[in-house]
Amino acid sequence: MLLKPILRSLAFAAAIAFFAQTAEAQVPFGAATTAKEGLEIGTSTSEIGIASDFRGADLTIFGALTNADELLLAIGQYDVVVTLEGPLDYATVRKKSRVLGIWVNTESMTFEQVPASYSVAATRQIDDILSSEGGLPIGTDHMRLSPTGYVGNAGNLTEFRDAYRRLKLAGGLYQHDFGGVRFVSSSLFRASLRLPANVPDGVHMVRAYLFKSGTLLAERELPLRVNKTGIEQQITDAAHNQPILYGIVCVMIALMTGWGASLIFRKK
Amino acid sequence: MTVYLPIAELSVNIFIILGMGAAVGFLSGMFGVGGGFLITPLLIFYNIPPVVAVATGANQVVASSVSGAITHFRRGTLDVKLGTILLIGGLLGATAGIWVFSWLRSIGQLDLFIAILYVLLLGTVGTLMLNESVRALRRASRNEPVTLKRPGHHTWVHRLPFKMRFKKSKIYLSAIPVVALGFCIGVLTSVMGVGGGFIMVPAMIYLLRIPTNVVVGTSLFQIIFVTAYTTMVQAATNYSVDIVLATILMVAGVIGAQYGVRVGQKLRGEQLRALLALLVLAVALRLAVTLVVTPADLYSVSIGSF
Repeated sequence: MLLKPILRSLAFAAAIAFFAQTAEAQVPFGAATTAKEGLEIGTSTSEIGIASDFRGADLTIFGALTNADELLLAIGQYDVVVTLEGPLDYATVRKKSRVLGIWVNTESMTFEQVPASYSVAATRQIDDILSSEGGLPIGTDHMRLSPTGYVGNAGNLTEFRDAYRRLKLAGGLYQHDFGGVRFVSSSLFRASLRLPANVPDGVHMVRAYLFKSGTLLAERELPLRVNKTGIEQQITDAAHNQPILYGIVCVMIALMTGWGASLIFRKK
Repeated sequence: MTVYLPIAELSVNIFIILGMGAAVGFLSGMFGVGGGFLITPLLIFYNIPPVVAVATGANQVVASSVSGAITHFRRGTLDVKLGTILLIGGLLGATAGIWVFSWLRSIGQLDLFIAILYVLLLGTVGTLMLNESVRALRRASRNEPVTLKRPGHHTWVHRLPFKMRFKKSKIYLSAIPVVALGFCIGVLTSVMGVGGGFIMVPAMIYLLRIPTNVVVGTSLFQIIFVTAYTTMVQAATNYSVDIVLATILMVAGVIGAQYGVRVGQKLRGEQLRALLALLVLAVALRLAVTLVVTPADLYSVSIGSF
């Protein structure tokens, strides 16, 4: 009767030992083990309201590794990357050049469905984590930037992609924090991502990726709703949802201001 | 103290905007102009997107033209019939202008087009005005009588068909040049965010030979309706009228204008015109510099596929 659980735990220990030994030569999905590593995450909030005095915010993401190997954890073979992706939209990059002495937008390239904002945090440099895994679109340097329409010159593509990344990083809408994910205990981690002051509203996606020795093991995602509140947002909503009424109000304010001033100053 | 502009999508210092509105209001009161041609470039210099600057500038002109128009209407120096014909052209022009505006925006050439148009227009008007006022000042210093030159009573403009009688202006004039003038001004209103008085008034006096006493009132009548229409169409098509920015500018502007009028009454006409010409040229020069100087970054990003 007692033998069965003992045997089971022995088998488990053996499996883990085998796993640890072959970790460097791990085949991605062929592990002959019952214990595949997993990942669970939770965020400090699922909704962020942006009031008029919003100066940016921090989002904390907690997560736990399940079925992680203690030994591999100890020697830092697990890596976690957390991203926060804003709503997707087209983006156009334009380049100026001199035409008859004047600077004119002469070339442009439109990228399809790129996130309006993008923050990434990781346990270390993304390039070190992704070393063995080519083509994963994680991080500002690797994210998918596919141009719409025909691109004549492939050299241009790199140039425009680089310009796009540089401008977005400089504007604060894209940011990365390598080292922003920290293990707080052997299997619990904590990441904090920064939402810039000009973060777009809409549904953002928190994504967490678990890597073991450069191989992607698990992926989790959670939505984060960013709602702008306050008078500014009401004005923006009105301008987009009831543009005619909004225009009429603008004109009425102008008429009343002009007329009011002439009344007030005439009395004096 | 900063205030967030919801349509321009940036935070600005409220005192700078108030100061800008008051200064332009002061100048517009002093020189008797709407001020759109000053406020729009100033907003662009302060990093407000040109799309928003133009649309908001048009809204601001509504406010600065109202009190003047009311005054002229009371005094009877406003020809409503002539103004209505001008207005028909103006509304057509503004509609065409908005179409051009949206198209230029879609191909990414709007900012450039606005800047070039400002440089050309302000440069030309400023040079002509400076030339004229300097000559007037010289004449005044030599104590020669100042005469308004009105050569030849009839030009080709007066041989056009569809003649109409404008009782208040006491003229008999073809509707074609009136509608055409209104149209051109309408285009300028929607593309540049100006009332266009600084072009319309000279054109009415020198080209159409409309008596000077009704010219200012009638042009203000046209300006109010065309700028109001442009504001609404800009709001409906480009979502680019910033109500917060416009309100701050308008309030500061109408107050500044009251003081400007008082100062303006103390200065002589040709001195005023020379000063205004210098101001117009300075704005044109500043815009010309931005076109020629190498930008800090050759690349720019905009959201959306246009």
